[in-house]
Amino acid sequence: MSIQTIEDTTVKAFPAKPAEVIAFTAKARRRFDPIVIAGKLASALVPPAIVIALMLIVWQIACSSPTASLPPPSQVWNEAYDLIAHPFFNNGPQDIGLAWRVLISLQRVAIGFGLAAIVGVALGALVGQSIWAMRGLDPVFQILRTVPPLAWLPLSLAAFRDSSPSALFVIFITSIWPIIINTAVGVRNIPEDYRNVSRILRLNQFEFFVKIMVPAAAPYIFTGLRIGIGLSWLAIVAAEMLTGGVGIGFFIWDAWNSSRLPDIIVALAYIGVTGFCLDRLVAAVGAFVTRGTTAK
Amino acid sequence: MTAYLKLDHIDKSFARGGQVSEVLKDIRLTIDKGEFVSIIGHSGCGKSTLLNLIAGLTKVSAGAVLLEDKEVDSPGPERAVVFQNHSLLPWLTVYENINLAVSKVFGGTRSRAERHDWIMRNLDLVQMAHARDKRPAEISGGMKQRVGIARALAMEPKILLLDEPFGALDALTRAHLQDAVMDIHSRLGSTTIMITHDVDEAVLLSDRIVMMTNGPAATIGEVLAVPLARPRRRVELSSDRTFLRCREAVLKFLYERHRFVEAAE
Repeated sequence: MSIQTIEDTTVKAFPAKPAEVIAFTAKARRRFDPIVIAGKLASALVPPAIVIALMLIVWQIACSSPTASLPPPSQVWNEAYDLIAHPFFNNGPQDIGLAWRVLISLQRVAIGFGLAAIVGVALGALVGQSIWAMRGLDPVFQILRTVPPLAWLPLSLAAFRDSSPSALFVIFITSIWPIIINTAVGVRNIPEDYRNVSRILRLNQFEFFVKIMVPAAAPYIFTGLRIGIGLSWLAIVAAEMLTGGVGIGFFIWDAWNSSRLPDIIVALAYIGVTGFCLDRLVAAVGAFVTRGTTAK
Repeated sequence: MTAYLKLDHIDKSFARGGQVSEVLKDIRLTIDKGEFVSIIGHSGCGKSTLLNLIAGLTKVSAGAVLLEDKEVDSPGPERAVVFQNHSLLPWLTVYENINLAVSKVFGGTRSRAERHDWIMRNLDLVQMAHARDKRPAEISGGMKQRVGIARALAMEPKILLLDEPFGALDALTRAHLQDAVMDIHSRLGSTTIMITHDVDEAVLLSDRIVMMTNGPAATIGEVLAVPLARPRRRVELSSDRTFLRCREAVLKFLYERHRFVEAAE
Protein backbone atom coordinates (compact mmCIF):
# COMPACT_ATOMS: atom_id res chain seq x y z
CA MET A 1 0.00 0.00 0.00
CA SER A 2 1.12 3.53 -0.66
CA ILE A 3 0.84 4.59 2.98
CA GLN A 4 3.49 2.08 3.92
CA THR A 5 6.01 3.78 1.64
CA ILE A 6 5.22 7.25 2.93
CA GLU A 7 5.74 6.25 6.55
CA ASP A 8 9.40 5.41 6.28
CA THR A 9 10.52 8.72 4.86
CA THR A 10 12.18 11.07 7.27
CA VAL A 11 14.56 12.77 4.84
CA LYS A 12 14.06 16.52 4.89
CA ALA A 13 16.84 17.86 2.68
CA PHE A 14 16.50 18.18 -1.07
CA PRO A 15 19.24 16.25 -2.86
CA ALA A 16 21.00 16.60 -6.20
CA LYS A 17 22.60 19.97 -5.49
CA PRO A 18 26.25 19.01 -6.07
CA ALA A 19 25.26 17.29 -9.31
CA GLU A 20 23.82 20.56 -10.54
CA VAL A 21 27.06 22.44 -9.84
CA ILE A 22 29.21 19.92 -11.68
CA ALA A 23 26.94 19.99 -14.70
CA PHE A 24 27.09 23.77 -14.78
CA THR A 25 30.90 24.06 -14.74
CA ALA A 26 31.21 21.41 -17.42
CA LYS A 27 28.80 23.34 -19.57
CA ALA A 28 30.60 26.63 -18.94
CA ARG A 29 33.95 25.19 -19.97
CA ARG A 30 32.55 23.83 -23.18
CA ARG A 31 31.06 27.20 -24.06
CA PHE A 32 34.50 28.81 -24.39
CA ASP A 33 36.03 26.05 -26.44
CA PRO A 34 37.33 27.80 -29.62
CA ILE A 35 36.93 24.69 -31.79
CA VAL A 36 33.27 24.33 -30.86
CA ILE A 37 32.64 28.03 -31.48
CA ALA A 38 34.39 27.87 -34.87
CA GLY A 39 32.33 24.82 -35.79
CA LYS A 40 29.09 26.52 -34.83
CA LEU A 41 30.01 29.68 -36.72
CA ALA A 42 30.91 27.67 -39.82
CA SER A 43 27.68 25.69 -39.76
CA ALA A 44 25.75 28.96 -39.45
CA LEU A 45 27.67 30.96 -42.07
CA VAL A 46 28.82 28.55 -44.76
CA PRO A 47 25.41 27.42 -46.13
CA PRO A 48 24.04 30.97 -46.65
CA ALA A 49 27.40 32.05 -48.14
CA ILE A 50 27.19 29.25 -50.70
CA VAL A 51 23.59 30.12 -51.57
CA ILE A 52 24.43 33.81 -51.99
CA ALA A 53 27.41 32.98 -54.18
CA LEU A 54 25.27 30.74 -56.37
CA MET A 55 22.62 33.44 -56.69
CA LEU A 56 25.23 35.99 -57.73
CA ILE A 57 26.61 33.61 -60.37
CA VAL A 58 23.15 32.90 -61.81
CA TRP A 59 22.36 36.61 -61.79
CA GLN A 60 25.68 37.44 -63.48
CA ILE A 61 25.04 34.91 -66.24
CA ALA A 62 21.41 35.92 -66.72
CA CYS A 63 22.15 39.65 -67.01
CA SER A 64 25.45 39.65 -68.87
CA SER A 65 24.01 39.82 -72.40
CA PRO A 66 24.17 43.37 -73.86
CA THR A 67 20.38 43.46 -74.27
CA ALA A 68 19.66 42.66 -70.59
CA SER A 69 17.40 45.23 -68.93
CA LEU A 70 18.93 44.85 -65.45
CA PRO A 71 22.61 45.27 -64.53
CA PRO A 72 24.66 42.22 -63.51
CA PRO A 73 26.49 42.15 -60.12
CA SER A 74 29.80 43.12 -61.67
CA GLN A 75 28.28 46.30 -63.07
CA VAL A 76 26.63 47.07 -59.74
CA TRP A 77 29.97 46.68 -58.00
CA ASN A 78 31.73 48.98 -60.47
CA GLU A 79 29.13 51.72 -60.79
CA ALA A 80 27.91 51.87 -57.21
CA TYR A 81 31.27 51.22 -55.57
CA ASP A 82 31.27 54.51 -53.69
CA LEU A 83 27.87 53.66 -52.14
CA ILE A 84 29.03 50.19 -51.08
CA ALA A 85 32.45 51.16 -49.77
CA HIS A 86 31.65 54.51 -48.14
CA PRO A 87 28.33 54.34 -46.34
CA PHE A 88 29.10 57.46 -44.30
CA PHE A 89 30.26 60.06 -46.85
CA ASN A 90 28.66 63.48 -46.66
CA ASN A 91 28.93 65.84 -49.66
CA GLY A 92 26.18 68.32 -48.94
CA PRO A 93 22.46 68.11 -48.21
CA GLN A 94 21.32 65.72 -50.96
CA ASP A 95 24.54 63.76 -51.56
CA ILE A 96 25.08 61.62 -48.47
CA GLY A 97 26.05 57.99 -47.82
CA LEU A 98 23.41 55.28 -47.65
CA ALA A 99 24.08 54.62 -43.97
CA TRP A 100 23.04 58.23 -43.21
CA ARG A 101 19.88 57.76 -45.24
CA VAL A 102 19.10 54.52 -43.41
CA LEU A 103 19.64 56.28 -40.09
CA ILE A 104 17.26 59.07 -41.07
CA SER A 105 14.62 56.51 -42.03
CA LEU A 106 15.29 54.63 -38.79
CA GLN A 107 14.75 57.80 -36.84
CA ARG A 108 11.30 58.16 -38.39
CA VAL A 109 10.56 54.53 -37.67
CA ALA A 110 11.71 54.98 -34.08
CA ILE A 111 9.27 57.85 -33.53
CA GLY A 112 6.31 56.34 -35.38
CA PHE A 113 6.84 52.84 -34.04
CA GLY A 114 7.53 54.09 -30.51
CA LEU A 115 4.20 55.92 -30.46
CA ALA A 116 2.46 52.88 -31.94
CA ALA A 117 3.99 50.65 -29.24
CA ILE A 118 2.78 52.88 -26.40
CA VAL A 119 -0.70 53.47 -27.79
CA GLY A 120 -0.99 49.89 -29.07
CA VAL A 121 -0.17 48.24 -25.74
CA ALA A 122 -2.54 50.58 -23.90
CA LEU A 123 -5.40 49.98 -26.36
CA GLY A 124 -4.67 46.26 -26.47
CA ALA A 125 -4.79 46.07 -22.68
CA LEU A 126 -8.16 47.85 -22.73
CA VAL A 127 -9.57 45.56 -25.40
CA GLY A 128 -8.22 42.45 -23.66
CA GLN A 129 -9.51 43.49 -20.27
CA SER A 130 -12.98 44.79 -21.03
CA ILE A 131 -15.52 42.71 -22.88
CA TRP A 132 -17.41 45.84 -23.97
CA ALA A 133 -14.30 47.58 -25.30
CA MET A 134 -13.60 44.43 -27.26
CA ARG A 135 -17.09 44.21 -28.71
CA GLY A 136 -16.98 47.85 -29.72
CA LEU A 137 -13.43 48.21 -30.94
CA ASP A 138 -12.47 44.81 -32.30
CA PRO A 139 -14.56 44.99 -35.51
CA VAL A 140 -13.18 48.46 -36.21
CA PHE A 141 -9.62 47.24 -35.72
CA GLN A 142 -10.19 44.20 -37.88
CA ILE A 143 -11.35 46.38 -40.77
CA LEU A 144 -8.75 49.14 -40.41
CA ARG A 145 -5.82 46.75 -40.10
CA THR A 146 -6.39 45.48 -43.65
CA VAL A 147 -5.98 48.96 -45.17
CA PRO A 148 -2.60 49.05 -46.97
CA PRO A 149 -0.09 51.57 -45.57
CA LEU A 150 0.00 53.81 -48.63
CA ALA A 151 -3.77 54.14 -48.71
CA TRP A 152 -3.45 56.23 -45.54
CA LEU A 153 -0.94 58.60 -47.10
CA PRO A 154 -3.22 60.97 -49.10
CA LEU A 155 -5.49 61.33 -46.08
CA SER A 156 -2.63 62.07 -43.71
CA LEU A 157 -1.07 64.53 -46.21
CA ALA A 158 -4.40 66.34 -46.31
CA ALA A 159 -4.68 66.30 -42.52
CA PHE A 160 -1.11 67.29 -41.59
CA ARG A 161 -0.31 69.42 -44.69
CA ASP A 162 3.32 68.38 -44.38
CA SER A 163 5.18 65.32 -45.61
CA SER A 164 7.20 64.61 -42.47
CA PRO A 165 4.36 64.08 -39.96
CA SER A 166 2.45 62.27 -42.71
CA ALA A 167 5.22 59.69 -43.04
CA LEU A 168 5.28 59.26 -39.26
CA PHE A 169 1.53 58.79 -39.20
CA VAL A 170 1.70 56.14 -41.91
CA ILE A 171 4.26 54.19 -39.86
CA PHE A 172 2.18 54.60 -36.74
CA ILE A 173 -1.06 53.45 -38.33
CA THR A 174 0.61 50.53 -40.11
CA SER A 175 2.41 49.07 -37.14
CA ILE A 176 -0.19 49.64 -34.44
CA TRP A 177 -2.68 46.89 -35.39
CA PRO A 178 -0.60 43.79 -34.69
CA ILE A 179 0.52 45.38 -31.42
CA ILE A 180 -3.07 46.01 -30.33
CA ILE A 181 -4.33 42.63 -31.40
CA ASN A 182 -1.48 40.60 -29.90
CA THR A 183 -1.57 42.54 -26.64
CA ALA A 184 -5.32 41.96 -26.41
CA VAL A 185 -4.90 38.23 -26.97
CA GLY A 186 -2.11 38.13 -24.39
CA VAL A 187 -4.21 39.95 -21.81
CA ARG A 188 -7.19 37.71 -22.48
CA ASN A 189 -4.97 34.66 -21.96
CA ILE A 190 -3.70 35.69 -18.52
CA PRO A 191 -4.41 32.63 -16.37
CA GLU A 192 -7.36 33.01 -14.04
CA ASP A 193 -5.05 32.04 -11.15
CA TYR A 194 -2.92 35.16 -11.62
CA ARG A 195 -6.07 37.26 -11.54
CA ASN A 196 -7.16 35.47 -8.37
CA VAL A 197 -3.79 36.16 -6.78
CA SER A 198 -4.13 39.85 -7.60
CA ARG A 199 -7.70 39.89 -6.25
CA ILE A 200 -6.67 38.28 -2.97
CA LEU A 201 -3.84 40.81 -2.64
CA ARG A 202 -6.30 43.58 -3.60
CA LEU A 203 -3.95 45.01 -6.24
CA ASN A 204 -5.42 48.15 -7.78
CA GLN A 205 -5.80 48.63 -11.53
CA PHE A 206 -2.39 50.23 -11.96
CA GLU A 207 -0.56 47.63 -9.86
CA PHE A 208 -2.33 44.86 -11.74
CA PHE A 209 -1.30 46.40 -15.07
CA VAL A 210 2.36 46.80 -14.13
CA LYS A 211 2.92 43.74 -11.95
CA ILE A 212 0.70 41.09 -13.54
CA MET A 213 -0.72 42.11 -16.91
CA VAL A 214 2.38 43.39 -18.70
CA PRO A 215 4.73 40.59 -17.59
CA ALA A 216 2.11 37.90 -18.17
CA ALA A 217 1.27 39.21 -21.64
CA ALA A 218 4.88 40.11 -22.51
CA PRO A 219 5.48 37.18 -24.89
CA TYR A 220 2.37 38.17 -26.87
CA ILE A 221 3.23 41.86 -26.72
CA PHE A 222 6.67 41.19 -28.15
CA THR A 223 5.21 39.07 -30.94
CA GLY A 224 3.07 42.07 -31.84
CA LEU A 225 6.01 44.46 -31.60
CA ARG A 226 8.07 42.22 -33.84
CA ILE A 227 5.40 42.08 -36.54
CA GLY A 228 4.83 45.81 -36.07
CA ILE A 229 8.44 46.84 -36.58
CA GLY A 230 8.60 44.74 -39.76
CA LEU A 231 5.50 46.44 -41.10
CA SER A 232 6.74 49.90 -40.16
CA TRP A 233 9.99 49.30 -42.05
CA LEU A 234 7.93 48.26 -45.07
CA ALA A 235 5.83 51.38 -44.74
CA ILE A 236 8.66 53.90 -44.30
CA VAL A 237 10.31 52.98 -47.58
CA ALA A 238 7.04 53.25 -49.47
CA ALA A 239 6.03 56.45 -47.71
CA GLU A 240 9.39 58.14 -48.33
CA MET A 241 9.14 57.40 -52.03
CA LEU A 242 6.13 59.67 -52.12
CA THR A 243 6.90 62.26 -49.47
CA GLY A 244 10.51 62.94 -50.46
CA GLY A 245 13.21 64.00 -48.01
CA VAL A 246 16.54 62.29 -47.51
CA GLY A 247 15.53 58.80 -46.35
CA ILE A 248 16.48 55.54 -48.00
CA GLY A 249 13.03 55.24 -49.64
CA PHE A 250 13.35 58.55 -51.40
CA PHE A 251 16.85 57.60 -52.52
CA ILE A 252 15.40 54.68 -54.49
CA TRP A 253 12.80 56.87 -56.10
CA ASP A 254 15.45 59.44 -56.96
CA ALA A 255 17.75 56.78 -58.41
CA TRP A 256 14.90 55.43 -60.54
CA ASN A 257 14.19 58.91 -61.93
CA SER A 258 17.84 59.30 -62.89
CA SER A 259 18.11 55.69 -64.19
CA ARG A 260 20.77 54.58 -61.70
CA LEU A 261 19.72 50.95 -61.41
CA PRO A 262 22.89 49.75 -59.62
CA ASP A 263 22.24 52.32 -56.86
CA ILE A 264 18.76 50.90 -56.40
CA ILE A 265 20.13 47.40 -56.01
CA VAL A 266 22.62 48.53 -53.37
CA ALA A 267 19.86 50.39 -51.54
CA LEU A 268 17.69 47.26 -51.57
CA ALA A 269 20.49 45.35 -49.88
CA TYR A 270 20.78 48.07 -47.22
CA ILE A 271 17.03 47.99 -46.60
CA GLY A 272 16.95 44.22 -46.33
CA VAL A 273 19.86 44.03 -43.91
CA THR A 274 18.45 46.85 -41.79
CA GLY A 275 15.01 45.22 -41.64
CA PHE A 276 16.62 41.95 -40.63
CA CYS A 277 18.58 43.69 -37.87
CA LEU A 278 15.47 45.48 -36.59
CA ASP A 279 13.58 42.19 -36.41
CA ARG A 280 16.41 40.49 -34.54
CA LEU A 281 16.79 43.46 -32.22
CA VAL A 282 13.14 43.35 -31.13
CA ALA A 283 13.29 39.56 -30.85
CA ALA A 284 16.41 39.79 -28.67
CA VAL A 285 14.89 42.45 -26.41
CA GLY A 286 11.77 40.27 -26.15
CA ALA A 287 13.77 37.18 -25.28
CA PHE A 288 15.65 39.15 -22.63
CA VAL A 289 12.56 40.73 -21.08
CA THR A 290 10.41 37.60 -21.10
CA ARG A 291 13.08 35.21 -19.86
CA GLY A 292 11.39 32.80 -17.48
CA THR A 293 7.92 34.09 -18.31
CA THR A 294 6.93 31.41 -20.73
CA ALA A 295 8.26 28.56 -18.61
CA LYS A 296 5.60 26.76 -16.64
CA MET B 1 -18.88 32.58 22.19
CA THR B 2 -19.64 33.37 18.59
CA ALA B 3 -17.99 31.37 15.85
CA TYR B 4 -14.81 32.64 14.20
CA LEU B 5 -16.02 31.72 10.75
CA LYS B 6 -19.67 31.08 10.08
CA LEU B 7 -21.20 29.76 6.89
CA ASP B 8 -24.80 30.80 7.26
CA HIS B 9 -27.31 28.94 5.06
CA ILE B 10 -25.28 29.34 1.90
CA ASP B 11 -26.75 28.54 -1.52
CA LYS B 12 -24.77 28.82 -4.70
CA SER B 13 -26.12 28.42 -8.20
CA PHE B 14 -24.63 29.27 -11.56
CA ALA B 15 -26.75 30.62 -14.40
CA ARG B 16 -25.64 29.61 -17.83
CA GLY B 17 -27.79 30.67 -20.73
CA GLY B 18 -31.32 30.14 -19.52
CA GLN B 19 -30.39 27.24 -17.25
CA VAL B 20 -29.71 27.63 -13.57
CA SER B 21 -27.68 24.86 -12.01
CA GLU B 22 -27.67 24.58 -8.25
CA VAL B 23 -24.24 23.65 -6.97
CA LEU B 24 -24.44 24.15 -3.22
CA LYS B 25 -27.56 24.09 -1.09
CA ASP B 26 -28.01 25.18 2.50
CA ILE B 27 -24.42 24.96 3.72
CA ARG B 28 -24.23 25.55 7.46
CA LEU B 29 -20.95 25.35 9.30
CA THR B 30 -19.11 27.13 12.08
CA ILE B 31 -15.37 27.00 12.54
CA ASP B 32 -13.50 28.02 15.66
CA LYS B 33 -10.28 29.96 15.80
CA GLY B 34 -7.23 27.74 15.36
CA GLU B 35 -9.23 24.84 14.04
CA PHE B 36 -8.06 22.71 11.12
CA VAL B 37 -11.04 21.64 9.04
CA SER B 38 -10.95 19.48 5.92
CA ILE B 39 -13.69 19.40 3.34
CA ILE B 40 -13.88 16.11 1.52
CA GLY B 41 -16.18 14.87 -1.23
CA HIS B 42 -16.25 13.35 -4.66
CA SER B 43 -15.13 15.47 -7.57
CA GLY B 44 -17.82 17.81 -8.83
CA CYS B 45 -19.50 18.11 -5.43
CA GLY B 46 -18.71 21.81 -5.25
CA LYS B 47 -16.02 21.74 -2.59
CA SER B 48 -13.77 24.07 -4.58
CA THR B 49 -16.75 26.36 -5.13
CA LEU B 50 -17.26 26.40 -1.37
CA LEU B 51 -13.62 27.41 -0.83
CA ASN B 52 -13.95 30.15 -3.45
CA LEU B 53 -17.02 31.44 -1.63
CA ILE B 54 -15.09 31.64 1.64
CA ALA B 55 -12.19 33.31 -0.19
CA GLY B 56 -14.65 35.78 -1.71
CA LEU B 57 -13.54 34.94 -5.24
CA THR B 58 -17.13 33.98 -6.08
CA LYS B 59 -20.25 35.47 -4.61
CA VAL B 60 -22.89 33.53 -2.70
CA SER B 61 -26.37 33.28 -4.23
CA ALA B 62 -28.05 33.25 -0.85
CA GLY B 63 -26.89 33.22 2.76
CA ALA B 64 -23.62 34.69 3.98
CA VAL B 65 -20.02 33.96 4.92
CA LEU B 66 -19.24 35.66 8.21
CA LEU B 67 -15.69 36.07 9.46
CA GLU B 68 -15.59 37.47 13.00
CA ASP B 69 -19.23 38.52 12.45
CA LYS B 70 -18.34 40.58 9.38
CA GLU B 71 -19.72 39.56 6.02
CA VAL B 72 -17.26 38.43 3.37
CA ASP B 73 -18.13 39.70 -0.11
CA SER B 74 -14.78 40.21 -1.82
CA PRO B 75 -11.37 38.52 -1.74
CA GLY B 76 -8.70 39.82 0.59
CA PRO B 77 -5.37 38.91 2.17
CA GLU B 78 -6.98 37.99 5.51
CA ARG B 79 -8.31 34.88 3.73
CA ALA B 80 -5.17 33.71 1.90
CA VAL B 81 -5.52 30.88 -0.60
CA VAL B 82 -2.95 28.23 -1.48
CA PHE B 83 -3.97 27.18 -4.97
CA GLN B 84 -3.80 23.65 -6.26
CA ASN B 85 -1.36 24.61 -9.02
CA HIS B 86 0.67 26.96 -6.76
CA SER B 87 -0.06 30.05 -8.95
CA LEU B 88 3.35 31.57 -8.42
CA LEU B 89 4.18 34.28 -10.92
CA PRO B 90 6.79 32.70 -13.21
CA TRP B 91 8.64 35.92 -13.99
CA LEU B 92 9.39 36.60 -10.32
CA THR B 93 11.84 34.77 -8.09
CA VAL B 94 10.68 32.92 -4.99
CA TYR B 95 11.62 35.93 -2.87
CA GLU B 96 9.91 38.40 -5.21
CA ASN B 97 6.74 36.34 -5.30
CA ILE B 98 6.42 36.58 -1.53
CA ASN B 99 7.60 40.18 -1.57
CA LEU B 100 4.71 41.07 -3.90
CA ALA B 101 2.29 39.90 -1.22
CA VAL B 102 4.23 41.29 1.74
CA SER B 103 4.81 44.74 0.28
CA LYS B 104 1.14 45.00 -0.66
CA VAL B 105 -0.19 43.85 2.72
CA PHE B 106 2.44 45.40 5.00
CA GLY B 107 3.82 48.17 2.75
CA GLY B 108 2.29 50.89 4.91
CA THR B 109 2.91 49.40 8.32
CA ARG B 110 6.36 47.81 8.28
CA SER B 111 9.76 49.12 7.26
CA ARG B 112 11.72 47.62 4.41
CA ALA B 113 14.04 45.75 6.80
CA GLU B 114 11.10 44.39 8.78
CA ARG B 115 9.44 43.21 5.58
CA HIS B 116 12.65 41.51 4.47
CA ASP B 117 12.93 39.70 7.81
CA TRP B 118 9.29 38.69 7.58
CA ILE B 119 9.76 37.22 4.07
CA MET B 120 12.82 35.28 5.21
CA ARG B 121 10.98 34.06 8.34
CA ASN B 122 8.22 32.63 6.17
CA LEU B 123 10.68 31.08 3.74
CA ASP B 124 12.46 29.47 6.69
CA LEU B 125 9.13 28.17 7.95
CA VAL B 126 8.64 26.14 4.77
CA GLN B 127 12.39 25.39 4.50
CA MET B 128 12.76 27.24 1.23
CA ALA B 129 15.18 30.03 2.20
CA HIS B 130 17.90 28.33 0.15
CA ALA B 131 15.90 28.88 -3.07
CA ARG B 132 15.04 32.54 -2.56
CA ASP B 133 16.60 33.66 -5.84
CA LYS B 134 15.25 30.84 -7.99
CA ARG B 135 12.35 31.23 -10.37
CA PRO B 136 9.37 28.88 -10.05
CA ALA B 137 10.41 27.03 -13.21
CA GLU B 138 13.70 26.09 -11.57
CA ILE B 139 12.26 24.33 -8.52
CA SER B 140 10.24 21.14 -8.11
CA GLY B 141 6.48 20.88 -7.74
CA GLY B 142 6.69 20.26 -4.01
CA MET B 143 8.99 23.26 -3.57
CA LYS B 144 6.59 25.47 -5.52
CA GLN B 145 3.77 24.43 -3.25
CA ARG B 146 5.94 25.22 -0.21
CA VAL B 147 6.53 28.69 -1.61
CA GLY B 148 2.79 29.00 -2.27
CA ILE B 149 2.16 28.19 1.41
CA ALA B 150 4.83 30.68 2.47
CA ARG B 151 3.22 33.37 0.34
CA ALA B 152 -0.16 32.71 1.92
CA LEU B 153 1.28 32.64 5.46
CA ALA B 154 3.21 35.85 4.79
CA MET B 155 -0.11 37.69 4.39
CA GLU B 156 -0.75 36.86 8.06
CA PRO B 157 -4.23 35.63 7.20
CA LYS B 158 -7.04 35.09 9.67
CA ILE B 159 -7.90 31.96 7.74
CA LEU B 160 -5.65 29.89 5.56
CA LEU B 161 -7.51 28.27 2.66
CA LEU B 162 -5.87 25.27 1.01
CA ASP B 163 -7.42 24.20 -2.28
CA GLU B 164 -6.28 20.60 -2.83
CA PRO B 165 -2.76 21.81 -2.14
CA PHE B 166 -1.07 18.44 -2.57
CA GLY B 167 -3.23 17.02 -5.33
CA ALA B 168 -0.63 17.37 -8.06
CA LEU B 169 2.27 15.96 -6.04
CA ASP B 170 3.69 12.46 -5.77
CA ALA B 171 3.03 10.45 -2.61
CA LEU B 172 6.41 11.02 -0.94
CA THR B 173 6.46 14.76 -1.56
CA ARG B 174 2.88 14.92 -0.38
CA ALA B 175 3.83 13.27 2.92
CA HIS B 176 6.64 15.79 3.45
CA LEU B 177 4.31 18.69 2.82
CA GLN B 178 1.60 17.28 5.07
CA ASP B 179 4.17 17.11 7.84
CA ALA B 180 5.23 20.67 7.06
CA VAL B 181 1.62 21.88 7.21
CA MET B 182 1.04 20.07 10.53
CA ASP B 183 4.20 21.60 11.92
CA ILE B 184 3.21 25.10 10.79
CA HIS B 185 -0.30 24.69 12.14
CA SER B 186 1.00 23.64 15.54
CA ARG B 187 3.44 26.54 15.64
CA LEU B 188 1.18 29.33 14.39
CA GLY B 189 -2.22 27.98 15.35
CA SER B 190 -3.62 29.29 12.10
CA THR B 191 -7.25 28.57 11.36
CA THR B 192 -7.14 26.39 8.27
CA ILE B 193 -9.65 25.02 5.80
CA MET B 194 -8.38 22.41 3.39
CA ILE B 195 -10.10 20.91 0.38
CA THR B 196 -9.00 17.36 -0.29
CA HIS B 197 -10.10 14.07 -1.77
CA ASP B 198 -7.54 12.04 0.12
CA VAL B 199 -9.08 10.28 3.13
CA ASP B 200 -5.79 9.63 4.94
CA GLU B 201 -4.71 13.21 4.48
CA ALA B 202 -8.00 14.48 5.87
CA VAL B 203 -7.84 12.26 8.97
CA LEU B 204 -4.16 12.95 9.58
CA LEU B 205 -4.38 16.73 9.43
CA SER B 206 -7.85 17.71 10.59
CA ASP B 207 -9.62 18.46 13.81
CA ARG B 208 -12.88 17.99 11.96
CA ILE B 209 -13.74 16.53 8.58
CA VAL B 210 -16.66 17.98 6.65
CA MET B 211 -18.11 15.42 4.24
CA MET B 212 -20.05 16.69 1.27
CA THR B 213 -22.88 14.87 -0.47
CA ASN B 214 -22.82 14.56 -4.22
CA GLY B 215 -24.04 17.36 -6.45
CA PRO B 216 -26.11 18.87 -7.88
CA ALA B 217 -27.29 20.87 -4.88
CA ALA B 218 -24.59 19.35 -2.70
CA THR B 219 -24.64 20.00 0.98
CA ILE B 220 -22.81 18.93 4.12
CA GLY B 221 -23.67 15.30 4.76
CA GLU B 222 -21.80 14.73 7.96
CA VAL B 223 -19.15 16.34 10.13
CA LEU B 224 -16.67 14.03 11.80
CA ALA B 225 -14.54 15.11 14.75
CA VAL B 226 -11.06 13.57 14.79
CA PRO B 227 -10.18 13.16 18.47
CA LEU B 228 -6.49 12.47 17.95
CA ALA B 229 -3.94 14.20 20.14
CA ARG B 230 -1.36 16.48 18.55
CA PRO B 231 1.42 16.31 17.54
CA ARG B 232 0.42 13.45 15.31
CA ARG B 233 2.91 11.07 13.78
CA ARG B 234 1.88 9.22 10.68
CA VAL B 235 3.86 6.06 11.54
CA GLU B 236 2.26 5.65 14.95
CA LEU B 237 -1.19 6.54 13.66
CA SER B 238 -1.22 3.87 10.98
CA SER B 239 -2.19 1.31 13.61
CA ASP B 240 -4.02 3.65 15.98
CA ARG B 241 -7.62 2.54 16.65
CA THR B 242 -9.08 6.06 16.63
CA PHE B 243 -7.31 6.87 13.39
CA LEU B 244 -8.60 3.71 11.75
CA ARG B 245 -12.11 4.29 13.05
CA CYS B 246 -12.18 7.85 11.64
CA ARG B 247 -10.77 6.62 8.37
CA GLU B 248 -13.42 3.94 8.15
CA ALA B 249 -16.16 6.45 8.91
CA VAL B 250 -15.07 8.71 6.06
CA LEU B 251 -14.65 5.79 3.67
CA LYS B 252 -18.09 4.50 4.53
CA PHE B 253 -19.62 7.90 3.94
CA LEU B 254 -17.90 8.33 0.59
CA TYR B 255 -18.18 4.83 -0.82
CA GLU B 256 -21.32 3.35 0.75
CA ARG B 257 -23.79 6.09 1.50
CA HIS B 258 -22.79 8.64 -1.10
CA ARG B 259 -21.19 6.68 -3.86
CA PHE B 260 -20.08 8.73 -6.79
CA VAL B 261 -22.28 7.96 -9.76
CA GLU B 262 -20.62 9.20 -12.88
CA ALA B 263 -22.79 10.86 -15.50
CA ALA B 264 -26.03 9.95 -13.78
CA GLU B 265 -28.10 12.21 -16.00
